[in-house]
Amino acid sequence: MSARDTILGKLRAAPRSAPVEADVAAYYAGTEKLVGLTALKHWAALMRAVRTEVLWVRESDWPQTLAEEVATRGVRTLLLAPSTAHGARAAAALAELAEPPLRLGFDRPIDGWKATLFNTVDAAFTRVRAGIALTGSLIAWPGQDEPRTMSLVPPIHFALFDTRTLHPDFFSAMSTENWAAGMPTNALLISGPSKTSDIQQTVAYGAHGPRELVVLAVVPDDIDLADLEADA
Amino acid sequence: MNEATLTYYPSRDFKANARAALADSNLRQSFRGAMDFLMGKRAAQFPDAHELAELRKLGESIRQKSLARLPELLERLEAKLNENGVTVHWAETTEEANAIIHGLIAAKGGKLAVKGKSMVSEETELNHYLEARGVTAIESDMGEYIVQLAGEKPSHIIMPAIHKTRADIAKLFSEHIPDTPYTEDVDALIQIGRQALRQMYVTADVGVSGVNFAIAETGTLCLVENEGNGRMCTTVPDMHIAITGIEKVIEKLADVVPLYSLLTRSATGQPVTTYFNMISSPRREGEMDGPREVHLVLLDNGRSQAYSDEQLRKTLQCIRCGACMNHCPVYTRIGGHAYGTVYPGPIGQIISPHMLGLENTVDLPTASSLCGACGEVCPVKIPIPEMLMRLREESVRDPHEKVAHPLRGQGAGVDREVKLAWRLWSGVYSKPGAYRFFGWAATRLRGLTPRHQLGWTQNHVPMKPAPKTLHELMRERRKETAR
Repeated sequence: MSARDTILGKLRAAPRSAPVEADVAAYYAGTEKLVGLTALKHWAALMRAVRTEVLWVRESDWPQTLAEEVATRGVRTLLLAPSTAHGARAAAALAELAEPPLRLGFDRPIDGWKATLFNTVDAAFTRVRAGIALTGSLIAWPGQDEPRTMSLVPPIHFALFDTRTLHPDFFSAMSTENWAAGMPTNALLISGPSKTSDIQQTVAYGAHGPRELVVLAVVPDDIDLADLEADA
Repeated sequence: MNEATLTYYPSRDFKANARAALADSNLRQSFRGAMDFLMGKRAAQFPDAHELAELRKLGESIRQKSLARLPELLERLEAKLNENGVTVHWAETTEEANAIIHGLIAAKGGKLAVKGKSMVSEETELNHYLEARGVTAIESDMGEYIVQLAGEKPSHIIMPAIHKTRADIAKLFSEHIPDTPYTEDVDALIQIGRQALRQMYVTADVGVSGVNFAIAETGTLCLVENEGNGRMCTTVPDMHIAITGIEKVIEKLADVVPLYSLLTRSATGQPVTTYFNMISSPRREGEMDGPREVHLVLLDNGRSQAYSDEQLRKTLQCIRCGACMNHCPVYTRIGGHAYGTVYPGPIGQIISPHMLGLENTVDLPTASSLCGACGEVCPVKIPIPEMLMRLREESVRDPHEKVAHPLRGQGAGVDREVKLAWRLWSGVYSKPGAYRFFGWAATRLRGLTPRHQLGWTQNHVPMKPAPKTLHELMRERRKETAR
C-alpha cells in the first residue's frame, strides 16, 4: 500500500467531526470598511511605517517623478517592461535624464543571466495590480511582461500604483476580483521593503529582497494632493 | 557540521535540560526580554477585545472545518495541484520525506539547495540527511542561517535565533564568513548575511520551502515571510520543493484571509508581513522566471495519530504562530532548547508526543503550570491545557489497556512505586477497618516518618501525620461538649 493510501486510510478510519460553520464572507461583511481619503491615508501611513516611500502623483506626471527618483538615487541599471504602455512611458522619461540609466527589459529567461540580474541591476520598475488599505499592502501578479524576480532581486523597487484600485481589505480584493476563478503562477502581497528582526528583535531592512520600496501612487484629479498629507 | 550538533537531544532529558537552563541567568534574561517584547507587540495588534474574540472564533471554525474534511481536502488539493502542474508526494515518516526530496534533487544532479524557513524540514532533519548524501543545504532565513552556522537548532518556531545576542552573532559571522570583520551593528550584520546568501540563490539547483497554508480550492501554496528569502527560494532555482504537514490544508482561498491576519498579529505583532506569497504552479509557457518544476511533499509523521482521536485532533488546528510559547511562563524561563524537540513550548508539548511517542516525551505534558495562558492566546482556540491533561492521563494509563485510539508510548509515565502507593492508598480507603487501623498506626508511629519522600521533599518540608486522627479529635470534642 502506498504512503498516500495509508495516510488517507488512517484519516478516513477516524471518527467524523460534526460539520462546522465558517462564514468568512459574513464576517467581513460585518467589519467596518475604510473608504476614500481615509483609506488612502491609512494605507500610506502603514506603508510608511515600514520605511516605504509613498509619492503622490498624477497620471500625467508620474514618469517625470520616476525619472527624478531614479536620478536622485544614482540608479545606473534599471529593469522595466518596455513592451507595456507604462514601461514605454517610463523608458521615455528616463531617456530624457542628463545621465540616463541603462534600461533593461526582462526579455529572456532568467536562467541565462541570473548572475547579471543579481549583481548589476540596481532597480526595477513594475506596475502593481491593486492595493489593500487595511494592512498597507500592494497586490502584485507577476507575469510574462513583469516577472516575479523584478520586484524581488534588485535593491530598489519602484512600484506604480493606481490608487483607484485600492481595496478596503484583503477579503474585498480577493472577492471583488474573483481570484478563486483562476490564480496566476504567483500572486503576491507586498507591504514594504524586505526586512528582518532576527537579530535581538531589532528591525533591519534589505535582508534579501529590495532595501527600498518606492511607490508612485497615482491619485485621480478629483482628490487634492494636499488633503492626503493633512493630519497624516 | 557533525551529527552530534545537528541531532536534537532526547526530550526525555527534559528535567536535566530545564535545570541547566534555569541556572543560566543570561539565557533567562534574554528570553524574558524577548517574550515581554513579543507579548506587548501582540497586545497592541488586538486593541478591540470583541474583534479579537470574533476573529478567533472564525479562525477556530475554519481550522475545524478543514480538519473535519481533511481526507477529502487533501485529495482535492492534490488533484488541483496536479492540474496546475505541481507534483504531489506523500510520506508517512520523516525518512520517507527525506528520501523523496533527496531523490528529486539527485535526479537533477543537484549539489546545492537553498532553504526557506520550514519547521517540517526541521522535523525531518533534512539538512543533515542531504549533507550525508553530498547535497549542501543552506538555510536562508537569517535566524535559521545563524543557528545553522552555530551548529544549533532553532529555539523558537518564529524567531529561531532568539536565544542569541548581537555579540554572539557578531562573533559567529566574523569566525565563519570569510573576510568579515567583527561588528555588533545590526544593519551591518544583516548586510553581511545578505551578501553571503545572495550568491547561493544564483547557484542553487533547488529551493526548498515550507508551507503556511495549502488551499484545496485553487491548488495554492502560501508562504508568510518578511525577508524575501522564501520568495527567492521558490522563484530563482529551477526546482522548488515544498514540504508540509498534512494538516495545513484549508478549503477555500477566502479562508486564508482571517488565518493570515491571526497569524501575523499573533506571531510578531505585525498587522501584516512584508510578503505573502501565493504559488499556484511552475513557470508557465512564456514566463521568464520561476521554477520549471514544483513539488509538494505531504508529511504525516504522527499527525494521523492525533487525528484519530476527536479531542486530540484539535492539536492539528495550530497555525504555528508561536504565541503560546511567548506567553508560557515555563518556556519564558527555560527557552526552547530545553524541550529537546523541534516544536518547543505548549504547542510542542502537545504535538511532539504524536511525532516521537510518549516514551520519548513523557515529561513534556507535565512541564506546564496549567495557568491557561497558552489556551487564552491561541488564535485558533486550541484548548492546550485540556490536551496536556489528556496526555498526562495517557502517559500513566496501563500500557496493556485496550482503548479506542491508543497513543504510541501509552503508559510510558507509569512508575511502579507510585502505582503501588496508589494501590495501597486505594485499598486502605475503600475498607473502613483498614482505614481506621491505618489512621491509628500512622499517628502513633509518626516518629518513623522518612525525611526524604520521593519528589515531594525536593521543594517541601516532609509530610508528617498529626498526633491524632481527625476522627479521634472529633470524638474528643463531642465528649467535651457533652460534659
